[in-house]
Amino acid sequence: MSADTSTTAAAAATAGRLDRASARRILLHDHRIRLIELLPWVIALGVFFLFPGYRLLATQILIMILFALSLDLIVGYAGIVSLGHAAFFGTGSYVAALLVSSYGVPEPVTGVVAAVIVSAALGFVTGWILLRTHGLTLLMLTMAFAIMLHELANEFAELTGGFDGINFAPGPILGIFDFDPLWYSSNYFYALVFLFLGFLFVRAIIYSPFGRALVGIRENTRRMHAVGSPVLWRMVTAYTISAGLAGLAGAIYVQVQGNVTLGVLSFELSGEILVMLILGGTGRLYGAFIGAAVYKLLESFTEQILGTDQPYWMLVIGVVLIVTVLFTRNGFIGMYDDAIAWIRRRRRS
Amino acid sequence: MSEAVLETRDLNKNFGALQVSRNINFRLDAGARHALIGPNGAGKTTFVNLLTGVLSPTDGAVLLNGRDITHMRQDRRVKAGIARTFQINTLFAGLTVLENLYLAVSEHLGRAGAMFRPAGARREVVDEAMAALDGLRLADDAGKTIRELPYGRQRLVEIAIALALKPKVLLLDEPAAGVPSAESHLILDVIEALPEDIAVLIIEHDMDVVFRFAREITVLVQGGILASGPPDEIAANAEVRSVYLGEGTHD
Ligand SMILES: Nc1ncnc2c1ncn2[C@@H]1O[C@H](COP(=O)(O)OP(=O)(O)OP(=O)(O)O)[C@@H](O)[C@H]1O
Ligand SMILES: [Mg+2]
Repeated sequence: MSADTSTTAAAAATAGRLDRASARRILLHDHRIRLIELLPWVIALGVFFLFPGYRLLATQILIMILFALSLDLIVGYAGIVSLGHAAFFGTGSYVAALLVSSYGVPEPVTGVVAAVIVSAALGFVTGWILLRTHGLTLLMLTMAFAIMLHELANEFAELTGGFDGINFAPGPILGIFDFDPLWYSSNYFYALVFLFLGFLFVRAIIYSPFGRALVGIRENTRRMHAVGSPVLWRMVTAYTISAGLAGLAGAIYVQVQGNVTLGVLSFELSGEILVMLILGGTGRLYGAFIGAAVYKLLESFTEQILGTDQPYWMLVIGVVLIVTVLFTRNGFIGMYDDAIAWIRRRRRS
Repeated sequence: MSEAVLETRDLNKNFGALQVSRNINFRLDAGARHALIGPNGAGKTTFVNLLTGVLSPTDGAVLLNGRDITHMRQDRRVKAGIARTFQINTLFAGLTVLENLYLAVSEHLGRAGAMFRPAGARREVVDEAMAALDGLRLADDAGKTIRELPYGRQRLVEIAIALALKPKVLLLDEPAAGVPSAESHLILDVIEALPEDIAVLIIEHDMDVVFRFAREITVLVQGGILASGPPDEIAANAEVRSVYLGEGTHD
């Protein structure tokens, strides 16, 4: 239910009364794939071939996009704000890592599947408890839960490697493709394929009746109750899916680099991913893409230019975030919307 | 005597020390045209919230067709046939009128949990949503967002949504509240034309509307039922006149 829907709908309404066929067309409209939606994938392929030296950074961006996308499903669509989404990312990370280091299952896709299942299960249980609360209470509880997990991982240092983390060597992907620690070629495509699958999944969901119901919950929870929606159940479902996707991102993140540290469960990461999403724009699918890319690029280039001895890039990100929040309606994607609307208006006049 | 669709037994609700509902024994008959009146703060909206499960009572019971639904979830009560409108518009303001109806109908038809087919793919959901709009002559506004509509038409959307849920019991909480009097007849026409098989409870301050519409009136004062009966009986009730009607005009 983007700005696009309302504008086409409004056009149809002013053109005359809305018949059933156009009503359906309007509802189906968002679901159609637009040409511009190919752009991120073209860029992703272009980067691989044109900038081989940046593949490590680019791989991290792909993974952060997936992580931000998982967060968007709950924050942007269902309106559930979380400051502890790293709990699921980190859970996925440790499941994938421990499967190799402690359980002798080196095949990465198996690790991913296990990571998704465990983090989704964790999302289901915590969601079922936490989502009965709202607003600040919910925010605090999501945060507290993530901090607890972080502390737990720290406590069980023999298993998790504690602060130093664990290095592990995943086997070949599906027994065929080895990870490539030097040039990151298979690593990059591994991340890209999972991002693509995760994206298709999220995209299908948000334009489905279920996705619309999530928007309904975000827009007016009281009304959703009153139309007979099992609101808690819908939110728990979304939270579970989101947790599973975050776990997926976490698993890939540690597999491609062959090590895991406590950072994957950190409060900083929970905050960062929320910042990426807000920068890019919430509830708009592509906000995650733009936000994660801009954030990681800014971080990397600021560090290259100003060095890493001081966290200068945080200053830069801070300024960019303030400017974006103050001057755009919904992050970078909001700027894009406004630009498109402006062009349309100019064309019409 | 006809059968009770919705009933309450000794229903009580306290907010801390404040008793907002006191021993309410109420019945709504099949096909009823029942008005609930009472001064501001009497507890009318609270009563609707107790019936719909927004609030749970401190004690007492709510029965739907003789079945105890006191602890039933809101959404289950809706599915069981209780629909309501809100005193203050409670709509999806940023979404189009069509989308508002779509959300209601897809829940009603049990299609809202589907994840892997696009919204709008199910013809019957869209058709029913549009039919609900047609019924209240709202189809021309289907593509507009709620925000773009005048308040009076938004009030109609409230009713359209409730009707799209195909209720057996319809609870209307001041359906014309906030609507300029020049437009309120549109809403009252809709209410008068409601299908006979729906049991209607209307909360209303305008006595002209109440006496035109209702075949049964319940007077609520300070959370308790002061009187209940046919309009002429209520009009003649001295206690009601002094406590309520005697106050003169209402907002
Ligand atoms: N959630 C709440 N917490 C505390 N007090 C409440 C709550 N909801 C309602 N009340 C109080 O309960 C009383 C009854 O409120 P209610 O809204 O049911 O009255 P009403 O009869 O609908 O009034 P009106 O005609 O103004 O709509 C009021 O005194 C109100 O302040
Ligand atoms: Mg009220």
